[in-house]
Amino acid sequence: MLDTDFFRRWMTAAAAFVDREADRLTALDSPIGDADHGSNLQRGFTAVRAALEKEAPDTPGAVLTLAGRLLISTVGGASGPLYGTLLRRTGKALGEEAEVSEEQLAQALRAGVEGVKTLGGAVPGDKTMVDALVPAVDALGDGFAAARAAAEQGAEATTPLQARKGRASYLGERSIGHQDPGATSSALLIAALAEAAAGSEGVR
Amino acid sequence: MSDDKLVGIVLVSHSAEVAASVAELAKGLAGGAAAVPVAPAGGREDGGLGTSAELVAAAAATVDRGAGVAVLTDLGSAVLTVKALLAEGDELPEGTRLVDAPFVEGAVAAVVTAATGADLDAVEAAAREAYDYRKV
Repeated sequence: MLDTDFFRRWMTAAAAFVDREADRLTALDSPIGDADHGSNLQRGFTAVRAALEKEAPDTPGAVLTLAGRLLISTVGGASGPLYGTLLRRTGKALGEEAEVSEEQLAQALRAGVEGVKTLGGAVPGDKTMVDALVPAVDALGDGFAAARAAAEQGAEATTPLQARKGRASYLGERSIGHQDPGATSSALLIAALAEAAAGSEGVR
Repeated sequence: MSDDKLVGIVLVSHSAEVAASVAELAKGLAGGAAAVPVAPAGGREDGGLGTSAELVAAAAATVDRGAGVAVLTDLGSAVLTVKALLAEGDELPEGTRLVDAPFVEGAVAAVVTAATGADLDAVEAAAREAYDYRKV
């Protein structure tokens, strides 16, 4: 079972990964975006990390809904409402239980990804976050490491795609040949999930 | 339309200057619009380009007179932030609506219509119709 501390570790690991990869995310966002993805997410997850320490939410669902709310209010770019919706929907789907199963998390995350698709209107193949998140959720039944690998493959597979959503879509064919920054940060979020899971195995 | 409450209007742009200028333009072009509550919500709180959920929520609260609030946006994160706030349920005043309209022309149409005491449906319709105004 996954407890509140697992979800706190997930968010803390996500904040650490975003810190580490911020420059890379911004670099990916330079040719096809407005070169702020890394700094935007860094601002958001820094706020999430601070709030989790201060407010100490006491259920898995509460951790994710708090994180989602902060991302919506602090990121400043489109990734704020998108990641915020992902985490809030996932958190709400987890309900108020003190511990949740991996199966419950997989289902909740699927609801979160559906929320992202509805909000942004993107479908797989549009060169967005969805291209990393959907394969990750599909693979989660095989474990966290499988989800991480699937998300990373999904992000890499956005390179030959033409963007059909967001600012990159204005570039048309010129968006081809660049890995999507949103799919890349989505893979980081899933990698952080696997990191949190690996941490709990180490403790046991 | 039976009471005299006016629909509030929020203008959300990536740029603080654009939001404020369009608010000024819309009020300037709409005769008798002085009474229409219009609030810009532009840029991030630190002044950079982007969208601030806090500024949007604060702007909506200041223009809410109980007749609903029409929110017009430019693009990208402005649209998604308002949609996400609306989906939250309690972040924006009751009767707040994202209006699908061109930013400048829609803002003028919305303010002109709101100044007549029209309800939210009419303000939204006027702003949307601005899409049909061809220039060539």
